[in-house]
Amino acid sequence: MASFDPAEAPDLTDEELKTLDDLKSQLEQMGRERGRLIPMLQFVQDSLAYLPPPAIRLVADHLEISASEVYGVATFYNQFRFNPPGRHPIKVCLGTACHVKGGEIILENFERKLQIKDGQTTADREFSIDRVACVGCCALAPVAIVGETLYGKMQPSKVEGIVLRVKIEKEQQERETRQHEPNLPTPLPPTSE
Amino acid sequence: MSQTSPHRYRQLRNEADRRRREWNESALPKIHIGMATCGIAAGAQETRAAFEEALAEAGVPAHIRAVGCCGHCYAEPVVIIDHPQSGFPPIFYPEVNAGKARMLAKLFLKEGDPRLEHILGATVANDLIPSVMEFPRFNLEHRLIMERCGRIDPEDIYDYIAEGGYEALADTLGRGPEDVIEAVARSGLRGRGGAGFLTGRKWALARAAAGPAKYVICNADEGDPGAYMDRTLLESNPHQVIEGMIIGAHAVGAGRGIIYVRAEYPLAVRILTRAVEQARALGLLGQGILGSALDFDIEVFQGSGAFVCGEETALIQSIEGFRGMPVHRPPYPVAGGLNGRPTLINNVKTLASVPVILQGGVEAFRAVGTEQSPGTAIFSGVGSVVHPGLVEVPMGTSLRTLIFDICGGVPKKKKFKAVQIGGPSGGYLSGAHLDTPIDFDSLAQAGAMMGSGGMVVMDEDACLVDVSRFFLDFTQKESCGKCTFCRIGTRHLLEILERLTQGEGREGDLDLLRQLSEDVKAGSLCGLGKTAPNPVLTSLRYFQDDYEAHVKEKRCPGKMCRPLIAYYIDLEKCARGCNACEGCCPVDAVFITRDRKRGIDQSKCVKCGECVVACPPEYDAVRRVSPPHLAPVIERPPAEEKDPKS
Repeated sequence: MASFDPAEAPDLTDEELKTLDDLKSQLEQMGRERGRLIPMLQFVQDSLAYLPPPAIRLVADHLEISASEVYGVATFYNQFRFNPPGRHPIKVCLGTACHVKGGEIILENFERKLQIKDGQTTADREFSIDRVACVGCCALAPVAIVGETLYGKMQPSKVEGIVLRVKIEKEQQERETRQHEPNLPTPLPPTSE
Repeated sequence: MSQTSPHRYRQLRNEADRRRREWNESALPKIHIGMATCGIAAGAQETRAAFEEALAEAGVPAHIRAVGCCGHCYAEPVVIIDHPQSGFPPIFYPEVNAGKARMLAKLFLKEGDPRLEHILGATVANDLIPSVMEFPRFNLEHRLIMERCGRIDPEDIYDYIAEGGYEALADTLGRGPEDVIEAVARSGLRGRGGAGFLTGRKWALARAAAGPAKYVICNADEGDPGAYMDRTLLESNPHQVIEGMIIGAHAVGAGRGIIYVRAEYPLAVRILTRAVEQARALGLLGQGILGSALDFDIEVFQGSGAFVCGEETALIQSIEGFRGMPVHRPPYPVAGGLNGRPTLINNVKTLASVPVILQGGVEAFRAVGTEQSPGTAIFSGVGSVVHPGLVEVPMGTSLRTLIFDICGGVPKKKKFKAVQIGGPSGGYLSGAHLDTPIDFDSLAQAGAMMGSGGMVVMDEDACLVDVSRFFLDFTQKESCGKCTFCRIGTRHLLEILERLTQGEGREGDLDLLRQLSEDVKAGSLCGLGKTAPNPVLTSLRYFQDDYEAHVKEKRCPGKMCRPLIAYYIDLEKCARGCNACEGCCPVDAVFITRDRKRGIDQSKCVKCGECVVACPPEYDAVRRVSPPHLAPVIERPPAEEKDPKS
């Protein structure tokens, strides 16, 4: 079950605050029966990618139940997360077949490489690591999913390459956007002053 | 009313037949690509893009169609090419990556050469090339429920109707509900969720329950980490499940249906939602289904990922917006379920069996399987087998046939050690049980259970203590916390198993495990707690030697438990010409001494086994030993003596 500590909740970005504002009016159309709670939490998480404390309060107010009641339900289910996922979420499958073929070693390698534990997000919000129970391609075990890409028949030594590839692709993309939009100011080289 | 249903159905069928004829008569080549989750995971999307691109380049027009999964996971991405003009029958190609797709587009679809070295076989018997039906993986299977999976387009309702889909429903609507229940009861169908309760009896109870507003729930909360047949069915043939639900609604008199499907299955959710919309558009759901008096509609509810919600009372709690904690039965859901109303809950496979039974006839269904467990069983055979994937076999087939003939046996000439059936709730069976027939009662007698149908085959290198620890770790995390014995008992079981796998086992631990397991079973309300100790109990019963080696010798016979093993490099075999082991080590534990000897720094080694993979097979110099002190020690040279260039 997911654990949650409100004190560790990160600050919301401006974009997230705006989404939260939009959600308020969208929830109005969703009814107020208790049975709507889980679909509602799923809807909110679809928009925000996680459930920050203000979002929980929003749902609680809408359904006229206490926020602790909503927390109680949300933390019971594995689907809900309380810290923002990275831009490249890494999911390591630890289903039965992957376990037998060493999925835990893959997980450890990602943790070591990124210096975070499973369930955490890197400080720059680039990567997050989660363990998942069976993504359903046991024939390819062990399996890891990075962003949208699935890597089957994983090996510990592939981990470094995957992380590096994501980083290189990101740099490439940044360079291309800068080329396509020449009007954008390029960052000034650091001056010696 | 009995007049209108067949008539309305006839109209739908005519339209479906017309579309099917058009498709069949088209002279263009037809490419079927398996695009369920497993296919996509193996790269089916790239395959599809490659076909499209290469066909456009070659100027060859063709139909490309996404179909579901045929269960042959080992061969993904699977492509079936029907190229009538080439003169060849439809051909099954395994492992078609983008490169192979481009090659086939050019050489087969354009030039007519099917590249026989890449085929698995033709899908039908013919005089030109061998058919896949000659392989045991195909001809020993008996597909009742999954028959259409991988053959039809799951996103086109007419494709299902053209195969005779919804015919059973149209027929049923003209019959009285009691008649339908009687037929299901006579078929002897038992709940495919694992417990094996007689479906006909459950339906009769739900029918008898008082109250106008009843529910039908399809339980698709497939939580076993290693079973995925429900997902495959929903992704490959959603309408068969929907048809089963509507028939169930007619039989018990329900007005609302809910499909409770895991949110972790996004593709299944999308395909189901679409299928429900299509059925509604054709008058197969909603008010007055097919012109009859039946009003029934279905909504898709996304389960949020809690294993315990597979238990029916917990599932209902979850739909009502609460934590999924099981409640006491009685009242059973058939009497007082969702919102206190009578609720019929059936597993995906159970519901999918219903149209098959009603269409093909009770006798035909009973002719397959055994007297007490008629029909077929679907297993997801994974682990150490040559051909992993979904297998549907008649009940009563022996484990030996399933593992060695259909799944191809254990690879790399290793010996079979155990098979774990039924996921975290199931148990292990040893080589002595290989002739056990697969059915609800025989498996339960042997100590395993049908459960979810997850089947993990383990070879001689598997450590059953470690796999039991894995399952306990899962059930302990998924315990809802309601019953003390389950909440705390599974935790202690896990702690003992962790102790064993770390080489800190104590005298008496095995008795403690046994005692505690019995207590957890006795002290838990729902199936999760009652079955969680099964992996421990059955492995203790059949493989006690494994446990004793961990406790007494601090040795892991399967060399799986990492604290109990060590890696070393066999200098007799190491050719010392390459640096593969040093280069691949993620923690710089492999070092080279001045005289070019290689060693592993045990204080740094994380035992990932990467060097074993990296070492060229002709040297095969990396060794794994247990207990760790058996590894010869080579002193690591001080750091400053390292090659100055690096």
